[in-house]
Amino acid sequence: MAVTWAAAGIATRRRFAAMGRPALIASAAAAGALALVAVIGPWIAPYDPNATDVLAAGQDPSAQHLLGTDSLGRDILSRALAGARLSFAGPAMIVLISTVLGTALAIFSAWHGGWIDRMANRLLNVMFAVPGVLVAVLSSAVFGAGFWAPVLALGVVYTPYMARVVRSMAIRERHQGYVESLQLAGMSSWRIGVRHLAPNVMPIVVAQATYGFGSALADFAAVSFIGLGIQPPQAEWGVMVSDGRSELLDGAPQQTLVAGTLIVVTVIAFNILGAQLSTRSGGRR
Amino acid sequence: MKDPEPRRGPVPRKGAARRIVTTVLGAAATILAASFVIFAGLSAAPGDPVAQILGAKATDQARASMRQRLGLDDPFLERYWHWLTGALHGDFGVSFTSRQDVTALIGPRLATTFLLVAMAALLVVVVGVGLGVVGGVSARGRAVVSTLVGLGVAVPGFVAANALIGIFAVELGWFPTYGSGHGFGDRVWHLTLPAIALSIGYGAYVSQLTSAAVSEESEKEYVMTARGRGVPSGIVLRHHTLRNAAMPVLTASGLAVAGLVAGTVVVEQIFAVDGIGALLIRSISSKDYPVVTAVSLIIVTVFVLVTTVIDLIQTALDPRERAKA
Repeated sequence: MAVTWAAAGIATRRRFAAMGRPALIASAAAAGALALVAVIGPWIAPYDPNATDVLAAGQDPSAQHLLGTDSLGRDILSRALAGARLSFAGPAMIVLISTVLGTALAIFSAWHGGWIDRMANRLLNVMFAVPGVLVAVLSSAVFGAGFWAPVLALGVVYTPYMARVVRSMAIRERHQGYVESLQLAGMSSWRIGVRHLAPNVMPIVVAQATYGFGSALADFAAVSFIGLGIQPPQAEWGVMVSDGRSELLDGAPQQTLVAGTLIVVTVIAFNILGAQLSTRSGGRR
Repeated sequence: MKDPEPRRGPVPRKGAARRIVTTVLGAAATILAASFVIFAGLSAAPGDPVAQILGAKATDQARASMRQRLGLDDPFLERYWHWLTGALHGDFGVSFTSRQDVTALIGPRLATTFLLVAMAALLVVVVGVGLGVVGGVSARGRAVVSTLVGLGVAVPGFVAANALIGIFAVELGWFPTYGSGHGFGDRVWHLTLPAIALSIGYGAYVSQLTSAAVSEESEKEYVMTARGRGVPSGIVLRHHTLRNAAMPVLTASGLAVAGLVAGTVVVEQIFAVDGIGALLIRSISSKDYPVVTAVSLIIVTVFVLVTTVIDLIQTALDPRERAKA
């Protein structure tokens, strides 16, 4: 059943991948620009993202406030720019955790084969069936709401997606001639794994990590949106969508619109980039 | 009735029965393991349930007797066993905050959530598969559908939900902004926007997969042959292409339904739908662990059951899957 899930992902990816070089350049530029904003956002924000100004509350876009202000008079552009950092830090950490765990698990099990590989495969299949947001929500229940509870949970939930891709690559690499010659030359398994197998599967790891980043960003923002991740008044895109709810109901949707659009654009950029990298790195299909 | 001839077609194998038993046992084991992880995790969560129930002013004696009544001083495994056997009889204990039976809290909300999931599932299957077939059959349709799918996959449910509220509830005023309604018609009306928001992501996956499966099938030789013999394209599509493309579509739709159940956690919260998803979030905020444990277990169980049923249907329908055992 997990295979079908994966197939759906691959089908979407194939569509993105077929878009060719312009899509690669455009998506890389967009993803790069957004990542840059995540780094320098808090510094280029025209206002203090947390500074409230009751007199300027709920304004439409103007020369002073390019994207308007929220119901507390905070500058929406500044919150969007400053919020990019936490919005990216969450998924970056999630992808890092799942990449390390997934790659290690995949290379270890592919190397040993036999029952270890079968056990690992079973474990991955069970993990595929785990609903991510639910686990993140429960993790917040146990460890308390904040940055780390959902990040750790989602890091584990995303592990099988990484492991599956790397495993199939690693199994292929395992039986290449160079591995055998290195073994005959007396190199230790550990050294072959780290020095030779890992670098060879690296391009596909990067592609998969890019692809996973988009979904991780969406999931992390969702957890913050329902109040179990990043806590207000900190600026983060999911928090902003939530902050903008009362304004949205009063017919002033700017804040929700800005944050929601940023999330969607980021996810699309990373999805397309991931698909492009994946075809170019000789991954499956 | 009479069957004197030896059976034709694929010979049923002993493996099939074994496979069914393994699948069902695997599902049961998964649910049991999940129940243990959930119970253990939430028992380890910070916060003192006794202080939660009695408040800070309670006397030490009252606290001690409450601890005893809740069985909090018992060894962990004993508490787990007690809770598990209770849960099997539909008794999930008493809520810390409302003092009501957890089962009574969950019951009516479960019905609301199931209606929401059913509506979203209908949308996923009808719109998702419909778009997928259009995309799989014609080249022009494919371009439109793949754009829609690219967007649908990228729009998180909570963003879609807020967009729908902004457009259809606030601007146009066609639907209510929140609540779950009274009576069936009103309830369906209240749940329409939540169901759409819930279905977008999974609908996109299903239509992408359908489109891929249909276009793959329609390039196969038997379809070419049928066309070459002059069979009308509508009949080729209905009788040959769609039937053979049905398996992955069925599987994806089933998995989507399983995902919808977990997705209600976020969507119900946004539309203030009084289902078990919103109950879960509320109980987490108020540290009402008996409710959190029960709702989590129910969601996980439904999820596992749905995926298991898909697995079994797949085994039953596809002779290749049957032979694999």
